[in-house]
Amino acid sequence: MMDELRELYQDVILDHGKKPRNFGGLEGYNHLAQGHNPMCGDTLVVYLKVDDDNVIQGVSFKGKGCAISVASASMMTEILKGKPVAEAETLFNAFHDMCTQDDPQLPEGVDEDAMERLQVLSGVREFPVRVKCATLAWHTMEAAVHGNEEISTE
Amino acid sequence: MSDMTDAAVPRHADSNVAATDASGHQRSARNTLDVERVRADFPILHQELYGKPLAYLDNAASSQKPRPVIAAMTEAMETYYANVHRGVHRLSQVSTDHYEGAREKVARFINAPRTDEVIFTRGATEAINLVASSYGRAFLKPGQEVLITALEHHSNIVPWQLLRDQLGITLRVAPVEEDGSVRPEAVIQLINENTGMVAISQVSNALGSVLPVRQIADAAHASGIPVLVDGCQAIPHQKVDVQALGADFYAFSGHKMYGPTGIGVLWGRHDLLTQMPPYQGGGEMITSVSFEESTFKGPPHGFEAGTPAIVEAIGLGAAADWLEAHDLEAVAAHEHRLLEYATERLSAIEGLRIWGRAENKAAIVSFTMDQAHAHDVGTIVDRAGVAIRAGHHCAQPLMERYGLSSTVRASFGIYNTEQEVDQLADALQVVKELFG
Repeated sequence: MMDELRELYQDVILDHGKKPRNFGGLEGYNHLAQGHNPMCGDTLVVYLKVDDDNVIQGVSFKGKGCAISVASASMMTEILKGKPVAEAETLFNAFHDMCTQDDPQLPEGVDEDAMERLQVLSGVREFPVRVKCATLAWHTMEAAVHGNEEISTE
Repeated sequence: MSDMTDAAVPRHADSNVAATDASGHQRSARNTLDVERVRADFPILHQELYGKPLAYLDNAASSQKPRPVIAAMTEAMETYYANVHRGVHRLSQVSTDHYEGAREKVARFINAPRTDEVIFTRGATEAINLVASSYGRAFLKPGQEVLITALEHHSNIVPWQLLRDQLGITLRVAPVEEDGSVRPEAVIQLINENTGMVAISQVSNALGSVLPVRQIADAAHASGIPVLVDGCQAIPHQKVDVQALGADFYAFSGHKMYGPTGIGVLWGRHDLLTQMPPYQGGGEMITSVSFEESTFKGPPHGFEAGTPAIVEAIGLGAAADWLEAHDLEAVAAHEHRLLEYATERLSAIEGLRIWGRAENKAAIVSFTMDQAHAHDVGTIVDRAGVAIRAGHHCAQPLMERYGLSSTVRASFGIYNTEQEVDQLADALQVVKELFG
C-alpha cells in the first residue's frame, strides 16, 4: 500500500504541493482562464502573458486544490515559461497521454527534458479518478490560450 | 401467490427478541443490534480491496443492498414481471399486486395515514422537483417566499431556484450555527405573511446535524404554511413517522435505505395532493385522453406518468420490510455508538478537524486535515480499503459558509463496526506519515 502511494505522492509532488511556484496573479497578463474540477469543487485560475511572437513570457496560477493538482500546476508554470504556445500545446498532449496510457508515444519535437520532469506525475495512471487532478492546470492553460475563460474537466 | 413474497421477508425478523426470556429484559435486548447477522445479509461487504477488508463508510451517498432486496427484485424479474395496471393477463395482475404491495409497505414504514399518499418517484430529487413544479406552480404567487436552510443539499435548493426564475418567487435561507446546528428560532423568525412553503432537511447530509423539524413545522402550520421535509439522511437511520414529524410532504430515496437506485418516494398529505395539478403527462396518469383534452387520475397514479420503476419499487418495499424488522431504535442506538467512537478516535488525530459538532447529530463525521486536501485523504484511505467521500457533498453553499471547498466524510450505516472506524483511523495515520 505504501509503495503505490509513495509512487503517487513522490517527494517532488509533495514539495510543489506545499510550496507551489509562481503562485498568485500575474502582472500584465493577457490570457486567463478558470478551471473547475466539479468532482471536488476545486478551482484553479491560470494567468498567461503571451508576446507578439506567441511565446509565453510569464505564467502563474492561483486557487485551491489537492496535492496532485497544485503540484501539477506549479510544475507546469516552471516548464512553460519561455516556450512558444504551440510547444505548450504539444507538451499538454504528451502529458495527457502519459497520465492515461501505459506506454505512450512521445510526439515528435516534444521537449524531452520537460517530459522527464513531468514523469513524477505519471503515478496517477494507477489512480484513474485522479487523472483530472493532474491535468486540470493544463486544460485550463489550453483554455486560456484559446480565449475560453471557463472550463470544466467534466 | 403468497409463496412469491417469501423471499422479501427478512429471514431473522425476530432475531432481536429471540434471546429474551423475560419481558422485563426485552427492551434492552431489542435495543442491541446483532451487527454480524446484519452483515451476513450483505454479500458485497465480504470482500477485500487492495488486500484489505472493505470498510464501506459512504452510506450518506448510497448504501449497499441486503439479500432480501436483491432476492425480491430477482424474483420479480424471474417469475412474475410484466407491466402494471393495464394487463388483463395473469403476470400483469401479479406484478400490479406486488407494485401496489410495495406502496403499502412504504406507507406502513413511514406511518402514512393513507397508502395513496405514497407516490413513487425516481428519487428524492424528483420528489422535491415534483412538489416545486406541481404545488409551486399552482399555489405560489410572485413575491411569495420559499424558506430553506443554509445546510440544504443541492436537490432542495436548485428546484426552488428554477421555480423562482419561472414565477418570480423569492428564496429565503435560514442560517446554520457554527457547530452545524439549525436553531428553530432562526428558521421561525423568517416566516412571514409572504412565506408560501418551508422546505428543510431532517438531517444534514454533509454535517449530520438533525434539524428541529417538528418545532419549525408547528410554527409554519400556525401560519397555514406547508412544510416539505427532505428525509434522505434520516429514513435509513431512525424510525420516521411522517405524522409525528409534522411534515406535509416527505421526500426520500430508496438507494440510501438499502434499497435500489431509480426509486424514491414523495409522501404528501392527501388533501394537498388532490389539489395539485399533474407533474408530468403521459400514460398511466390519465383517466381519458382526446385531442381536445385529457382528464387525470388522482393520487398516487396521477403523479406517476409512464411505466414506473416496477422492479425497483418492489425492491424498495423489501428494503422497508427488512429495515423495519431490525428495530430502528436499535439501529439508531448502534449508529450513535459508532458516531461517538469515530468522533473520539478521529478527534485524537493531530491536525484533524471535525466540521459539524451539533448536539443532535446522525452518524456522519465530516472532517479536514491540515496535512492534506480531502481528495488526497480519500485516495490514501481508499488504498486501505476504506470507502469515504471527499468533496462538497452537493452542499456547496454550506461548504462556503465554513470557508471550505471540500471535506472528507465518513458516514455510517446499519452494518458498520467499530473495527471499521479503527481501519479509518489507522489509514489517516498514513496520511500523516506521507504528508508529514
